Amino acid sequence: MSDARVITAGGALPADAPAPATPRRVPHRGGAENPSVAALRAQFGGAIGRSEVVWGETTAFVARERLLDVVRWLHADPHQRYDYLVDVTAVEFRDAGQPLQVVWHLRSLPHRRFLRLKVELAPEGPLSVPSVVPVYQSADWLEREVYDMFGIGFDGHPDLRRILMWEQYREGHPLRKDFPLRGRFSRSEQLRQALAANPEAHYSMNELTVAEAFGDLPRDVQERLAAGERTGE
Amino acid sequence: MGLTPVPATGGGGASVALDAPNSEGWIATRLDFLVNWSRANSLWPMPFGTACCGIEFMATAASKYDLARFGMEKMGFTPRQADVLICAGRVPLKLAPVLRRIYQQMPNPKWVISMGACASTGGMFDTYAVVQGIDTIIPVDVYVPGCPPRPEALMYGIMLLQKKVMGERLRNDATRPDVEPDPTSRLYIPPSRIDELSEPFGNSVHQTRSAP
Ligand code: SF4
Repeated sequence: MSDARVITAGGALPADAPAPATPRRVPHRGGAENPSVAALRAQFGGAIGRSEVVWGETTAFVARERLLDVVRWLHADPHQRYDYLVDVTAVEFRDAGQPLQVVWHLRSLPHRRFLRLKVELAPEGPLSVPSVVPVYQSADWLEREVYDMFGIGFDGHPDLRRILMWEQYREGHPLRKDFPLRGRFSRSEQLRQALAANPEAHYSMNELTVAEAFGDLPRDVQERLAAGERTGE
Repeated sequence: MGLTPVPATGGGGASVALDAPNSEGWIATRLDFLVNWSRANSLWPMPFGTACCGIEFMATAASKYDLARFGMEKMGFTPRQADVLICAGRVPLKLAPVLRRIYQQMPNPKWVISMGACASTGGMFDTYAVVQGIDTIIPVDVYVPGCPPRPEALMYGIMLLQKKVMGERLRNDATRPDVEPDPTSRLYIPPSRIDELSEPFGNSVHQTRSAP
């Protein structure tokens, strides 16, 4: 690996490493832990909580305050090189009092490793975690989705707005357990609010592609955007 | 060639009789018959496929079922050159203003076919995100049941629409009522009726509703 910009899957493994194969007979719990967890403990000590291996995949629980440092180190350290953020999501459990979990799925292509990081948030505490957008650009929309669906804030996110529901959506965060499946408002009220949204105003200058295409937009849209208008307002 | 309408046999409206000997260069027919006949046989659809029903619609339009037999070979992917909006699939609330805008952009006369359980009623998606029947936001002429409807079912719906078009009369507005939305809520079904219909259903006994 001379050129760091070219990423070869398995490129950081020793030459005599066994060829990748589909794992068989994976135990539900236990099994070989991802060596990155031991490296994390050595580096961050108490910031790394318990870890577990479920179906062959390793999960490490991280203290919220150190999350960005941990992710940055995992991304940059030459022995880790987690260069691919697969997903950001969250879990809320049905049992009352169980903490919410925010989940990051990281993959290291050169080392052929998969690591799941989790941060636990007390339901009554502030629901926010550091944003990893400074490390992974791809986290932008993923974090917006978690914010939209769970109401979890991402500190330092450049443009934390709803992404699936429209921006004026007022009923809450749909994937929370206290959210009724059919929404909080009556059907007619939901329709009324949805129809009040302006279908043409789904632009904002914060979205890079729109900023690039600004010169091509119709004049009235340009004027509205230049005046600072945001989606649908 | 002389084309004269003969009284309807069955439900298909008037048909055309050829009066061969006296047919030099002129036809006699009812104007609204002629207008309806041309409209019904050149319905240009505006496909609004949002989900799995859209796939079935594509199958209907493709060679095996061949929607072109009905004069529909031109898919109007712009609403401004379309006659019939075929809404195939579920419509999320976020898409509701878009669907209504597309309907408003279509020139008169225009018709709407609601294809599938989801477009007609919300189907199994009785959730916070899905419009429970597009007839609340735009007027619908023909509902095609099914999940998804087979192409034959959609064609039957189209033939029903053709029959409906043939039944319109230029001088009688009652055959083509201009449906206006409820003036305060801008919905096509009064809000009280929407709530009344949606209230008893729901797929979970644990449903709670708090705010307004
Ligand atoms: S009616 Fe069935 S096939 Fe059609 S959009 Fe709904 S779920 Fe899909």
